[in-house]
Amino acid sequence: MSSLQFDIAHLLAGSLVLASFMMLYQDRLYALLNVYALHAGVLALSVAWQAYVQHAPHLYVTALIALVFKAIIIPVALHRIIRQLGIHREIENVIGVGLTMMAGIGLVALSMVVMLRVTPGADALAREDLAFALSVLLLGLLIMVTRRNAVSQVVGFMSLENGLVLAATGAKGMPLVVEISVAFSVLIAFIVIGIFLFRIRERFDSVDVQELDRFRGERR
Amino acid sequence: MTIDALGAILLIPAISAALLAILPGYLLTAKLNVVAAFATFLTSLSLFVIEPTSGQYLLLDDLNKVFIVLTTFVGFTTSVFSASYIHHEIETGRLTPAFLRFYHAMYQTLMFAMNLALVANNIGLMWVAVEMATLTTVLMVGIYRTHEALEAAWKYFILGSVGIALALFGTILVYMAARPAVGEGLDGMVWTVLVKHAAQFDPALLNVAFVFLLLGYGTKVGLAPLHAWLPDAHAEGPTPISAVLSGLLLNVALYALLRFKMMLAVNSAAIAPGPLMVTMGLISVIFAALMLYRRRDIKRMFAYSSIEHMGIIVFAFGMGGPLANFAGLLHMTMHSLTKSAIFFAVGHIAQVKGTQKIADIGGLTVTNPALGWGLMLGVIAIVGLPPLGIFMSEFLVVSSTFARAPWLTVILVLGIIIALGGLFLRVGAVMFGEPKGKTAPAEASYVPMFTHLGLVLMAGIYLPPVLVTGFQNVAKLLG
Repeated sequence: MSSLQFDIAHLLAGSLVLASFMMLYQDRLYALLNVYALHAGVLALSVAWQAYVQHAPHLYVTALIALVFKAIIIPVALHRIIRQLGIHREIENVIGVGLTMMAGIGLVALSMVVMLRVTPGADALAREDLAFALSVLLLGLLIMVTRRNAVSQVVGFMSLENGLVLAATGAKGMPLVVEISVAFSVLIAFIVIGIFLFRIRERFDSVDVQELDRFRGERR
Repeated sequence: MTIDALGAILLIPAISAALLAILPGYLLTAKLNVVAAFATFLTSLSLFVIEPTSGQYLLLDDLNKVFIVLTTFVGFTTSVFSASYIHHEIETGRLTPAFLRFYHAMYQTLMFAMNLALVANNIGLMWVAVEMATLTTVLMVGIYRTHEALEAAWKYFILGSVGIALALFGTILVYMAARPAVGEGLDGMVWTVLVKHAAQFDPALLNVAFVFLLLGYGTKVGLAPLHAWLPDAHAEGPTPISAVLSGLLLNVALYALLRFKMMLAVNSAAIAPGPLMVTMGLISVIFAALMLYRRRDIKRMFAYSSIEHMGIIVFAFGMGGPLANFAGLLHMTMHSLTKSAIFFAVGHIAQVKGTQKIADIGGLTVTNPALGWGLMLGVIAIVGLPPLGIFMSEFLVVSSTFARAPWLTVILVLGIIIALGGLFLRVGAVMFGEPKGKTAPAEASYVPMFTHLGLVLMAGIYLPPVLVTGFQNVAKLLG
């Protein structure tokens, strides 16, 4: 692999981590969705580049799924759902943005230390990809735990899943990548339909403990 | 291509799921559901007679034979219970025929997904199957569409998805570790190939992979502190699904974990997975045992009891060695049978009384003797009193590990005793207090419940030598 090919792959994977960071500090749902669309677009580019570099044409399918389904259909659908259900457009954070960003930096450092240390034998591209993928995964988890409303938790989950696709395409010659990305798309479609059908509005908005007790069936 | 028994246990549920989705009339479909589950069970029994060969995608060995037979058996008895359970739900109007059609189709889809996870020889395929099983149970948990049921389904969905995502990352890492030794392509995910070459894998990468797999599949097993979805999902869904969740789905996730443990055992440089599993198992036992004391919902209470027992099983497998593995396997079987029997009883009790709140249920042994004593027998079994099967398996777990790790075993016994106290405290009033709630006679099917309890009682008194040798072989396989 030439150094230019490596650099481009590195740039795209790094941009994905950067997009994850951008999601961390959004405080409006529409803005968050737009950043997610960007995230999925960067993923599509990254996967397409991997397909080209690895001479693995089936990965173009994964890239196409990422582009059409995740970067276009899902954000558009969520936009409509938010409008139709009248979901609050501001995102409530559990902790402040500054602290969340610090935690995010810590998580990225952690994944770099862990993944680079355990993969000295693997080729450089796969190593970097895995480290970036783990960062995206952990940042996705961070988005999920620091947000209170359902839609932004789902967006966090979807960004986490993008990290997994990055890892799977980075692992050269891995079988079933296309199948797995399809399976994940089905899962995400289910979640999005779930929001719509179940009309889950502003979940966890209330800090009323009694509400929580009622749900758990534990009230006397 | 001819279809062997391995293909058949996948095809029967898949075809029936499609049929049940189309056919109208819940009386017919409920019967068809039972017939399909029975046919799958019979096919799984045939695995003992004619052994199909394993291929690149499907695998059969002593380990998954046990799991398959247990899964299809409990799947069959639960379908019998489910037929009488849903009859009542239709009458009270909690479910409509349209939802029932969906329910039956999902039931068979779940059976398909669980069987696929058990026979998959490809770790990617196994992951897809576990994801599919999660999705179908999410849909079934939310089927009542009450606020509580939807919340429970949502919580299960999000936590289950995160667990599954972590498991996939672990799976990718296993492939990365295998690639230098096995080469690129499909072989890098075939479990039998992986085990053969595991000694040459990079141990550091394998360690990280196992941590992710433990966290991922451990969420599905319901190990504390990853258990948060489990009590809600059990309490709010239809009771047949609670029975299948506790009795089967937790086992399937555990099976996935055991496969990876076997792989790590081959590589001497990798960490021993045992201590990690032992720690999580013990935390689950103690935590769940303490949580039993403050429960007010009867289904939630038994859900916590499931966490406790999964903890015991994971502890036993974590300790390893032929004896502890044998004990863990026996305990898993006994727990599946007992816990599903308990949920059969609880399902009918909740229908008769119209509530799941422990405070509103009382004097069951007077008002509904068969259900009351059935549940009592189940509780006696689940807390581990002699002469029932769980006493025997818990005794084996304790005796096989005491010499090696006395302190850990003391903690385990403490947890079991705390759980015994908690369950008896809560169940005492339900059984013997003054009669409370409605006292209508139950239109219940007692056969599945007493069949399970009978089997558990028999296992406590006499274990057939065939079963013992079978389990011993599996225990050896597990290392």
